[in-house]
Amino acid sequence: MPKAAVTNKQELMAYFTRMTLCRRTEIVADNLYKAKLIRGFCHLYDGQEAIAEGMEAALTYEDAIITAYRDHCQAICRGDTPYRVLAEMMQKRTGSTAGKGGSMHYYNSKNNFYGGNGIVGAQLPVGTGLAFALKYQKKPNCAVAMYGDGAANQGQLYEAANMAALWKLPILYVCENNLYGMGTSNERASANTKFYTRGDGIPGFKIDGQNVLVVREAMKFAKNWCVAGKGPLFIEFSTYRYHGHSMSDPGVTYRTREEINEVRANRDPIEIVRKLLLENSWASEGELKDIEKKIRAEIDADVEKIKNDPEPYPEDLYTNVGIGKHYIRGINHPDLSQLEY
Amino acid sequence: VEMTCRDAINTAMCEEIERDPNVFLMGEEVGQYNGAYKVSKGMYDKYGPSRIWDTPISETGFTGIGVGAGFMGLRPIIEFMTWNFSLQAIDHIINSCAKGHYMSAGDLKCPIVFRGINGVSAGVAAQHSQCFASWYASVPGLKVVTPWNIEDLRGLLKASIRDEDPVVFLENEMMYGVTMSAPDHIMDKDFVLPLNKAKIEREGTDVTITAFSKMVGFSLEAAEILKRDFDISAEVINLRVIRPLDRNTIVQSVKKTNRIVSVEEGWPQSGVGSEIAALMMESEAFDYLDAPLERIAGADVPMPYSVSIERLAVPQVDNIIKGVLKACHGKKQR
Repeated sequence: MPKAAVTNKQELMAYFTRMTLCRRTEIVADNLYKAKLIRGFCHLYDGQEAIAEGMEAALTYEDAIITAYRDHCQAICRGDTPYRVLAEMMQKRTGSTAGKGGSMHYYNSKNNFYGGNGIVGAQLPVGTGLAFALKYQKKPNCAVAMYGDGAANQGQLYEAANMAALWKLPILYVCENNLYGMGTSNERASANTKFYTRGDGIPGFKIDGQNVLVVREAMKFAKNWCVAGKGPLFIEFSTYRYHGHSMSDPGVTYRTREEINEVRANRDPIEIVRKLLLENSWASEGELKDIEKKIRAEIDADVEKIKNDPEPYPEDLYTNVGIGKHYIRGINHPDLSQLEY
Repeated sequence: VEMTCRDAINTAMCEEIERDPNVFLMGEEVGQYNGAYKVSKGMYDKYGPSRIWDTPISETGFTGIGVGAGFMGLRPIIEFMTWNFSLQAIDHIINSCAKGHYMSAGDLKCPIVFRGINGVSAGVAAQHSQCFASWYASVPGLKVVTPWNIEDLRGLLKASIRDEDPVVFLENEMMYGVTMSAPDHIMDKDFVLPLNKAKIEREGTDVTITAFSKMVGFSLEAAEILKRDFDISAEVINLRVIRPLDRNTIVQSVKKTNRIVSVEEGWPQSGVGSEIAALMMESEAFDYLDAPLERIAGADVPMPYSVSIERLAVPQVDNIIKGVLKACHGKKQR
C-alpha cells in the first residue's frame, strides 16, 4: 500500500472543479425536487464526492464501473454532463436516458459505466460479470462494483465474491460506508461492521474516503492488484452523506445535526482539496470562489434551458423494449405500436 | 440421422460455441460432471474451462454474472439445473436483464440465453415441477421460447444464442431421452428458426389445438385419436415462442376451424391459455368462434409426489380429447 501521494496544481484544480460540479448538481437537484420538477426517488451524493472522483483519477474508461442508485456523480465522473443528468431527473427527452431511466438509472456503455441499479445489492453480481468479461476478453483492466454499508448484508454479494475469488476475477468490491443504510446505523444492521473483512479470505482494507488523493492511491494500488491476476479485493471507504437517504428522509431522526456539522467542518472532500490548493499557494481563495461561481452560473443556465426541453414523445413509450421488433400493446388494445399482432 | 432431444441441445450449443468465441456455457455441474441431465456431455472435454464454466450453487450470483458479461458484449448461455431454481435469480433475469435495454434508452444490451428444464418432471414433487412459461412471458424485454422436438431445439436454441435480446429457453426433462429422426436440413450448422413464429404441426379443419413443449406431442396423439374415433379434424399449433406470441397464426387458424382448445402443463390462472382466451375475445377471431375456448391446464395445486395423484395434476391425452369434444359439442358429426 502506498504511504504517500504526489500531486500538482493541475490535478488538484481538476479534482476541485469536478467535485464542485458534482456537489452543485446535487444541490440543484435537491432544489428542483422541492420545486416538484423532479419526481420519484432521488438519492443525493453530496459529501461522498471524493470517492467517485478519486476512483476516476486512478482508472480509465477501459475499466468498468457499476454502482447502486446513488449514481448521479458516478455518471458525471464517467463522462456524462450535469445537463444530461439533470435533464433526466427533470423528465426530459434530452436526459441521459431520454426520460426512461430517471435518477437511479444512468448508463454509458461507451465509457464502461453500467448503472445505476435500483435493486440494493444486485449491482454486485452484475459487476462481477463485468470483471468476468474483462478476464474472458483478456483485457488488462478491472471492474469496480460499488455498494453501501446497507447492501453489505445482501447475500448475493458473497455469492459473487466467492466466484470472483475462485476464478481470480479482476473485481474491486468498493463499499462506501456512510454509516447508515437508509436510517439504520452500521451497528444495528451488521454483526460485523468491518466491511473490508467480510470477504471470507478475500483481502481487504479500510481507508479514508473523504480525501480524493487517498482514494486515488488506494484505487491505483487495487487496480494493479487486479491486473496482476491476484483476484478480487474488498475496499471500504469511510465517508458520509450530508443529505438523508432520499428526498423523503430529512436525515435527522437517526443521527444528530452535530454529527453532520462535524463532517462538514473537518472532513468535507471539497474543503480538503481547497485547503491543499491554498496551503501550496496553487490557487487563491478568489480563484476558487470564481470557479464555484462559474459552475453555479453554468448549471443555473443549464436548468433554465432544460425547462424548455421537450418531454419524451408518446411514441418513445414503445421504443427500446427490445432490439427485435414485435407487437407491443398499449393500454387500450387498439393502441398498437407497431407491426401486426 | 436419429438423435435424442438431449443431443439436439448439445449439438446446437457446440456449434454456436465453435462459431462465436463470445459464446460460453455457465451453470452448476455443466462441465466436469457433464451436466446434471447430461445435456452438456463432452463439452468440457472438447472446449475446456475457458468456455464451459462450472459454478458453485449460487443462482443469484452466477445469473448476475452472466448478465454483466452480456452487457460487456459476451453471449452467455446460463443453465439452470431446473427453472425452479431460477426463482433464486429472478431479480437478475427481470430487473437487471430484461429491463436494461429500456432503462438505458437502448444503451445496454444483453444477448444472453437462460436455459434449463421447465415444467413437469417425474416424481420430484412440488418444488421441482412447475411451468414458468406464463411467468416469464409476462415480462417486456424477454423472449420466451418453448421448444418441443429436435427441430425446435436445434433451430430455436441456435436462433436464441444468436439473438440480440435476452431469451428464456424452457426445455422439458421428459423429452430429453426421446429419440427422433433428424432430417439433413435441421443438422445444418446454420439452421435457425424465427423467434416469433408458431408452427402448424398438423393441419385440420374442425378445431384448433394450441400447445407448447411436451404438450405438442400429446396434442398430436389426441388429434390422431380424434380423427380415428370421432372423425374430428384437429389443427395442432406448436406455439414455439410464448413471447412474442405468434397471435396471427392462432387467429388465422381459428378463422378456419371456428373452435379452439389451449393445452399447457402449467397452472391455469393467468396461464398461457388465459392469454389465448383473451386473444379470442380481443381479435377478429371472436366473430368466427362457434364455441367458447376450452382450456386444458395443469390442476391448480402444487405438484404432489405420488404417481397416483401426480398424473391427475398433469394434462394427459385423454384430457385433451375431452376438451376438444366439449369444444366441438354440437358440431355436426359426419
